[in-house]
Amino acid sequence: MSSSNWTADFLSRISADIRVDCIDVPSITLWQIESRTWRRFAELAQQQNLRWAAGWAEQLDKQFFVNSCFEKQGGYVLLRTIIDETNPELPSQATVYPAANRSERHTQDMFGIRFIGHPDNRRWTRHQAWIENNYPLRKDFPVQGAPVGITAPDMHYPFIKSHGAGVYEIPVGPVHAGIIEPGHFRFQAVGELILNLEERLGYVHKGIEKIAEGRTPESLAKLAGRVSGDTTVGHCWAACMAMEQAAGVEIPPRAALIRGILAERERVANHMGDIGAICNDVAFVFAQMQFTRLRELWLRTNATVFGHRLLMDRIVPGGVDCDLPDASCRLIKKEIAELRTELTEVILAMDLNSSLEDRLYTAGFLSEQTAAAFGAVGYVGRASGQDRDVRRDAPYAPYDRVTVKVALENQGDIASRVWIRYKEIRTALRLIENFIDKLATGELRSEWRTPEAGSEGLGIVEGWRGEIISHIRFDADNKIARFYPRDPSQLNWPALEKLVLNNIVPDFPVCNKSLNGSYSGNDL
Amino acid sequence: MLRIFKKILTTGIVTERISMRSHAEHGNEDELEALGIQIKRHIDKRFSGSIAIRQVDAGSCNGCELEIHALNNPFYDIERFGVHFVASPRHADVLLVTGPVSRHMQTALLRTYEATPNPKWVVAAGDCAACGGEFGVSYASCGAVSNVIPVDAVIPGCPPTPVALMKGLLGLMTVEK
Repeated sequence: MSSSNWTADFLSRISADIRVDCIDVPSITLWQIESRTWRRFAELAQQQNLRWAAGWAEQLDKQFFVNSCFEKQGGYVLLRTIIDETNPELPSQATVYPAANRSERHTQDMFGIRFIGHPDNRRWTRHQAWIENNYPLRKDFPVQGAPVGITAPDMHYPFIKSHGAGVYEIPVGPVHAGIIEPGHFRFQAVGELILNLEERLGYVHKGIEKIAEGRTPESLAKLAGRVSGDTTVGHCWAACMAMEQAAGVEIPPRAALIRGILAERERVANHMGDIGAICNDVAFVFAQMQFTRLRELWLRTNATVFGHRLLMDRIVPGGVDCDLPDASCRLIKKEIAELRTELTEVILAMDLNSSLEDRLYTAGFLSEQTAAAFGAVGYVGRASGQDRDVRRDAPYAPYDRVTVKVALENQGDIASRVWIRYKEIRTALRLIENFIDKLATGELRSEWRTPEAGSEGLGIVEGWRGEIISHIRFDADNKIARFYPRDPSQLNWPALEKLVLNNIVPDFPVCNKSLNGSYSGNDL
Repeated sequence: MLRIFKKILTTGIVTERISMRSHAEHGNEDELEALGIQIKRHIDKRFSGSIAIRQVDAGSCNGCELEIHALNNPFYDIERFGVHFVASPRHADVLLVTGPVSRHMQTALLRTYEATPNPKWVVAAGDCAACGGEFGVSYASCGAVSNVIPVDAVIPGCPPTPVALMKGLLGLMTVEK
């Protein structure tokens, strides 16, 4: 991922303030700074409109590497500082970038690194599965931990309180009423109006980062494919891209095209499911039935052509584990033609429906400013004017061979997030056709090379929810030392707390669905 | 409105008999037909015609949820067998649990189990629920559902297909309890 022209200019601007060492790592722009300048860098970065994209830490011997990833105009910079185990603290970037808030709390819970001046340093990922002052991602913490028979519920988390006549609280979850992942929502409401919403996630934390350590590349790809089941292609691709960078492996062109087809098929399947579900949440069952029907047909083609309905484990380190014979290509193209006709019919019926209009327009409004402040990505960002798409801004194979038209809206309401999805389905269908046309005979998988101990890679792809960033460091003997996947949901979840404000409590489900964050991808 | 009616009429009824024609790998067609009829009889006799399922995600990656959702799409339409999903464990005969049980969900799952009235059945759906899957037992995960609550039936698969889920659910009903 090469960074574009702004980096040199930016470095010269900040050189008076901060000492930056440019470290030479293949395929990554890596800047190292002193820990005491950690926040200062964020301030300068914000002045230059850099977007904070991800944050994580790693332990190497007696030191912690703390990383932040910044982006501007498709150029990604990995910022790093090294702090000592004896005094693991550094100034917080969350005061400058709200997007860094939960990420720093996660690092604080998992590594015991203190972020000085953090605006809200309550625990986040830790509930009661391990005790305070124990840090699961430190190397001396055993993967089995020291669990008690029954893990206590997290009773005493200090939620924000509100007082006053007529104000009441609604606790929801972790077990919800529908077929949905677990998480807790705490509402403060007056009548039906939502005054405040606080999310409490972390219920599906299953130690993905810890159990990744020591895996082989194949085994890690399988795990990455289960960070969030609906994004199995996206996460698997990002993780494989990071591993391939670290190992210096280039994937064959045919494999890249098939990866592109897989990713776009995943996008279409999820967007269709979401549009249906959003309509269902406002009791417009017609669209729900039509879209679940179309989605089912689409998944059946996945099973026929690729051997798995959700496309799990089709991407492997070095390439893909499936091929696309001519007959399958014809089948896919025929299906796309039929889907286009059907979509047009269903969307026209939806578009002219006044009850949908009544419920979806102006509801769940996310302003451009809020979206920008939280660095919202994917369809959530793009429905609120955030013109970002990795496929276009930092194209990776096979997107470097096509033009990606990025849908953009600035209405910021639920309707906007529906329309963005619809437009993205259309774009994805075109992309699949393009990729099929470009398929030439060739290898499906490059030979794997054992990477040097300590080598690292940063995989950045546009999953169906938005930008996914995956960082991998290798140990000796082809073993994984560190895996950190940043699901797009981690940036979008905080936006939900804002976009529900001044909506009524009964509209929460549809607001939530219009954002559709992954709990699993957030909690890891 | 006319567009809606037109689309509904031209779509017709897509609901399928539980046949394996399009998914030959899942097994014998006649066997499943027979199972379906047998199960419906069991449900009719023991549950007055319907069973209520409460789905609990105890830590899954959400892959299983996608396929459980598919059970309600017009192709499978599981409600026609008298199987429906309910919003509260208090209304449920069956808990359909997915995922390895994350330690953070352990108490929630136990409480959901306690809240379900007797007699009750627990189905562990998916490889993670069956045996811990890709996540296993760790500081953060209790592994299989049976490590936390008693399990009556297991539906393997990562994730199990809607047909596999249906087969597993219907098969559960023939278990004497």
